[in-house]
Amino acid sequence: MDAILQVRDLRTQFDTLEGVVRAVDGVSFDLARGETLGIVGESGCGKSVTAMSILRLIPPETGRIASGSIRFEGEELTTLSEEQMKRLRGHRISMIFQEPMTSLNPVLTVGTQIAENVVRHMGVSKKVARERACEMLDLVRIADPRRRLDEYPHQLSGGMRQRVMIAMALSCDPQVLIADEPTTALDVTIQAQILDLMLDLKEKTGTAIVLITHDLGVIAETAQRVVVMYAGRQVEEAPVEALFDNPLHPYTRGLMRAIPRLDVDAEEGGRRPRLQEIPGLVPRLTQPIIGCAFAARCELATDRCRTTAPPIVDAGGGHIVACWETGL
Amino acid sequence: MNVIEVDRLVKHFPIHGGLLQRRVGEVRAVDGVSFTIAKGETLGLVGESGCGKSTVGKTILKLIEPTSGRIVLGGEDITKLKPGAVWPHRKRIQTIFQDPYSSMNPRLAAGTIVGEPLENFDIARGRERDERVAALFQRVGLRPDAMRKFAHEFSGGQRQRLGIAKALSVSPDVIVADEPVSALDVSVQAQVLNLLIDLQEERGLAYLFISHDLAVMRHISHRIAVMYLGRIVELTTKRQLFAGPLHPYTEALLSAATAPDPRRARRKRAIVQGDVPSPAKPPPGCHFHTRCPYAVAECKVDDPPLREVAPGHHVACLRRLPGGDPGPLSR
Repeated sequence: MDAILQVRDLRTQFDTLEGVVRAVDGVSFDLARGETLGIVGESGCGKSVTAMSILRLIPPETGRIASGSIRFEGEELTTLSEEQMKRLRGHRISMIFQEPMTSLNPVLTVGTQIAENVVRHMGVSKKVARERACEMLDLVRIADPRRRLDEYPHQLSGGMRQRVMIAMALSCDPQVLIADEPTTALDVTIQAQILDLMLDLKEKTGTAIVLITHDLGVIAETAQRVVVMYAGRQVEEAPVEALFDNPLHPYTRGLMRAIPRLDVDAEEGGRRPRLQEIPGLVPRLTQPIIGCAFAARCELATDRCRTTAPPIVDAGGGHIVACWETGL
Repeated sequence: MNVIEVDRLVKHFPIHGGLLQRRVGEVRAVDGVSFTIAKGETLGLVGESGCGKSTVGKTILKLIEPTSGRIVLGGEDITKLKPGAVWPHRKRIQTIFQDPYSSMNPRLAAGTIVGEPLENFDIARGRERDERVAALFQRVGLRPDAMRKFAHEFSGGQRQRLGIAKALSVSPDVIVADEPVSALDVSVQAQVLNLLIDLQEERGLAYLFISHDLAVMRHISHRIAVMYLGRIVELTTKRQLFAGPLHPYTEALLSAATAPDPRRARRKRAIVQGDVPSPAKPPPGCHFHTRCPYAVAECKVDDPPLREVAPGHHVACLRRLPGGDPGPLSR
């Protein structure tokens, strides 16, 4: 596979009062050119920290990439200087976050902010950059882009702000776009507009996307391949159809049974069915987890699961799973 | 039997401006909303941010005063009651919030928090209160020895269980649940939804379940009311709503929602364009006409009433009135 981004055995840790938190504990994946890879998991599973690690945005005072490798177009990112990373971020690797208002500067116009990024990375004049900003706003389907260039973030709606963030992120033709919960704060009709826009732009620009979300619906709608994370570890990875048709890890199966279904009339004889619960809680990440991280909540767990971390098993067709009990 | 009846409820918030802070306008948060909820029934109230769904909840809880309309709780009109007079009625209607933590005193033990309403309403004190609280803890799936812990020692799902136990403590008839599972992870969300359904079946509780999440709505509701800019645009049974939505906004919501099925997902969706207009300046006529793909000239002028067009199926759309052109949406 022609991978533009290769992550190998990534481990990212934070120092806290309660000890070292192993937020990401051995994650590996490849991102192909033009591909959309989804990373899904619940709060604290390490999906956002994985994104922050790729962008080298882990605050050095409290955290670090402890080991592992992140290669972007063959170049190792973990050893680059901050100066070198600054040239990469917002240019060849770009990002959008959940709450655009926190990443936009409230005292600068939208046009100035997009143009600033273009001037910094493309080395063009302000005038050219402003034209580029206008072009980008048009690309993200903001009506009357020339007028919007002179507006401030607070004058825009939430959906419009996320469009501006996307415009900014794509303004320097990045090869990789990392989107961390890009639609979580948006209303459902606006979420549909933004997802539709992201997919359309991916077709147009060929940018590969790493889409991080807790929402299996968003994953089903957008991703081609999916990594499922639990307690800092990667428990399953598969093409999107295979993952939803035939989830192999007990955690993935549990997640799919736990969600109420919008698309299925689940009532039996007029009675509301019970949702399948996943008993227990996510383990604390301050202690090293012996064995499988899901063992304490897993109905299939054996003594082996509790003592020895499961190997990655290949189920064929690009479907891999970290579990002793899949029968493979 | 209806435990609560809401009739043409209106809540307008004044907007003050200018040097003298004069009233310069109003936000029409709730603009004539009517519904009833029967014993043991869940009415889902769904809509996007700013549609007024939470204001409906707060108004019927009498946390804010309605501008006009009527709220009848257990046969008694509580609309005009002053805070002192409404007090005894508060036992009958309780609430669960999205973030129960923000409503819990961090310095009180969990058992004290849950037992507070028992003392406030003079239902039980001392040992009897403690026994009741212990039973409530057990019922919502918390160990009674957790009564001595503080709110910050509980996980998000456990805090929601505390919130439910507190609401249940005074044996209410109605619970207003405002986005009670929206902040929870899916595995925990399933636990809380199951608990809410079990408690309803056990005690005949009526729920007004407010949420933006259509999948959760489909799971827990018996009937669903869809709100847009302060008005109910469609109200019907869950089955009818999902099988054949009659309002274009409902159709757009259902089409926009994502489902965990890659094959269904890659369909061409009917995406409504644009943003929700400001409730301070709602469009004339049908509030949805600015985004409606089927809008005709009349929609910009005439305010469509909520009408029963099939048994139990209410919709506010001109094209659904007798003689209206049902257009491409009809099935």
